[in-house]
Amino acid sequence: MNAERAEHARGLLHQMLRVRRFEEKCVELYSAAKIRGFMHVYIGEEAVAAGVLATLEPEDAVVATYREHGHALLRGVPAGAILAEMYGFEQGCCRGRGGSMHLFDAATRFFGGNAIVAGGLPLAIGLALADKMAGRSRVTACFFGEGAVAEGAFHESLNLAALWRLPVLFCCENNLYAMGTALARSESQTDIALKAAAYEIPAWPVDGMDVLAVEEAARRAGAAVRGGAGPHFLELRTYRFRAHSMYDPERYREKAEVAQWLERDPIDLLRATLEAAGDLPEPTWAEVQASVDAEVQAAVAFAEAGTLEPVEELTRHVYTDRDDTDRDDTERNRPKRMPT
Amino acid sequence: MKTTYREAMRAALREALQRDDRVFLMGEDVGAYGGCFAVSLGLLEEFGPERIRDTPLSETGFVGAGIGAALGGMRPIVEIMTVNFSLLALDQIMNNAATLSHMSGGQFSVPVVIRMTTGAGRQLAAQHSHSLEGWYAHIPGLRILTPSTLADARGMLWTALADPDPVLIFEHGSLYNAAGELDENAGAVDIDTAAVRRPGGDVSLITYGGTLPTVLDAAAQLMEEGIDAEVLDLRTLRPLDDAAILATVAKTHRAVVIDEGWRSGSISAEISARITEAAFFDLDAPVGRVCSAEVPLPYARHLEQAALPSVARVIAAAREAVGTRG
Repeated sequence: MNAERAEHARGLLHQMLRVRRFEEKCVELYSAAKIRGFMHVYIGEEAVAAGVLATLEPEDAVVATYREHGHALLRGVPAGAILAEMYGFEQGCCRGRGGSMHLFDAATRFFGGNAIVAGGLPLAIGLALADKMAGRSRVTACFFGEGAVAEGAFHESLNLAALWRLPVLFCCENNLYAMGTALARSESQTDIALKAAAYEIPAWPVDGMDVLAVEEAARRAGAAVRGGAGPHFLELRTYRFRAHSMYDPERYREKAEVAQWLERDPIDLLRATLEAAGDLPEPTWAEVQASVDAEVQAAVAFAEAGTLEPVEELTRHVYTDRDDTDRDDTERNRPKRMPT
Repeated sequence: MKTTYREAMRAALREALQRDDRVFLMGEDVGAYGGCFAVSLGLLEEFGPERIRDTPLSETGFVGAGIGAALGGMRPIVEIMTVNFSLLALDQIMNNAATLSHMSGGQFSVPVVIRMTTGAGRQLAAQHSHSLEGWYAHIPGLRILTPSTLADARGMLWTALADPDPVLIFEHGSLYNAAGELDENAGAVDIDTAAVRRPGGDVSLITYGGTLPTVLDAAAQLMEEGIDAEVLDLRTLRPLDDAAILATVAKTHRAVVIDEGWRSGSISAEISARITEAAFFDLDAPVGRVCSAEVPLPYARHLEQAALPSVARVIAAAREAVGTRG
């Protein structure tokens, strides 16, 4: 690898490790009952979000699922604000109203955090439609699992995107299981890219454990989308190393299968590639780890110091604060960072 | 000037499209067909296919797209052919439009307007005739409008578009041909308050939307027998104008709620409960209700009519309320 390429790859390694260590901490904090509700971790799938999000611009939009800690973090939502959200504190990115499954951040145009499978796809269509109608050259990256392809919203959304040539980058995170239901047990056609192709959307499968491959595919597809070529579709083949949620006894898959995929851990793969090329000296790797550990530690400290939103605020934001409407209403939904 | 409810709605759409570039209309057959109830007839020619946007039969998809476009800075007006079809989009309305502001801690607003036809009376049977606006009024985060007059058909849309939150407008199918006089300068109206459509002192007839003409007819006939009814048009089902409801009850001490929805678990039940909670000691009679029979609405005209609130049933309920000694 040339020096620039190596530096870039180390950056991706850093990003993946941020997600991995952050979520390992989340699991620990869940076990300690600091985090409650449903929580779904992305461990094993980091290359997908890291690869795709590396290609987006600040003005682009991101729509994700309930397994979205990594997407939020890599989009630029501060780790502390994410963790405080899971603690249910008002310093959380949604003041504690959303929790793990509903992270939102206007500042980074991060539109959730959607816990209805395929529920985010129509939103992505609308965000892209708004950009197209306003003549803005932006991309809406829409993440969803392979389970979503069974939903009507998936098919309606792909059709609309293709029909109206909307700037959407569809990112299907195919981790082979819709909760506990294997793809082949729920779909008559298991080749997901073919489904997108049926809507005249350019689509191809990508090794979702290889972050460099993901990034290259996303960059190519994203450039076409941004250039006005209409929606593109990536089927990112990946695997979830941990259980579906914290309540999953994993009766539906063999340990041997998990072990096989663990050998393709996206972080280990990139690290090995870099090391083999002499591009990741031990001290550099130690620095990367130390930086990530420090970030996670700081996030925990931030969350631990959080405070509860006063109960008097319970009904606030069911409707938009009327004070907000006194402003020029073109300002609404503009990036505004929550105080953290 | 002479106009109809349909033309008033169209004038409202035209004004919104002219005044704000961010406004566009999207739905099934709103363009080339002219709208399934001809509300948007001619607008495609005037504003073009980008802003009068025909959609595939994908209620989840295009309602969700309207919500997304609102998040993206547009002011979409989404038309759904009938309230029954809106159920295909209920996930998007309930789980996204109504929740995003609160769930995001106030970071996002969803300024989308969703219009749909509601109600019975046209022999369209059980999959095109229901009145589900009361269901939608159950959902925090939404605003529910039920224009019943020409002025409201003309004026509610602009105010709804200016509202930062999702607004659902229910247009009763029997009203589209309603004709009458409308001021040349008619424009935006408030969407916060109920309106007394007929003042009276003996009993309050509380209604909204498509049953308003029925209730006004009943009130006129009641007057002939010496019962002076006050007719309150709710106009907005969420949030309810509690003050107006309580004011009319304080005045007449008797109330009948007329609602084309089913009686069980309905908006009429909610209004009755609020009166009981807040004005129990003002009442001289139990709160009466006239609602649709609890059946999927049938096709045959005599059966359909028997299922719906009628002038005769409203009169009977008013007489009973007035006949009750306080």
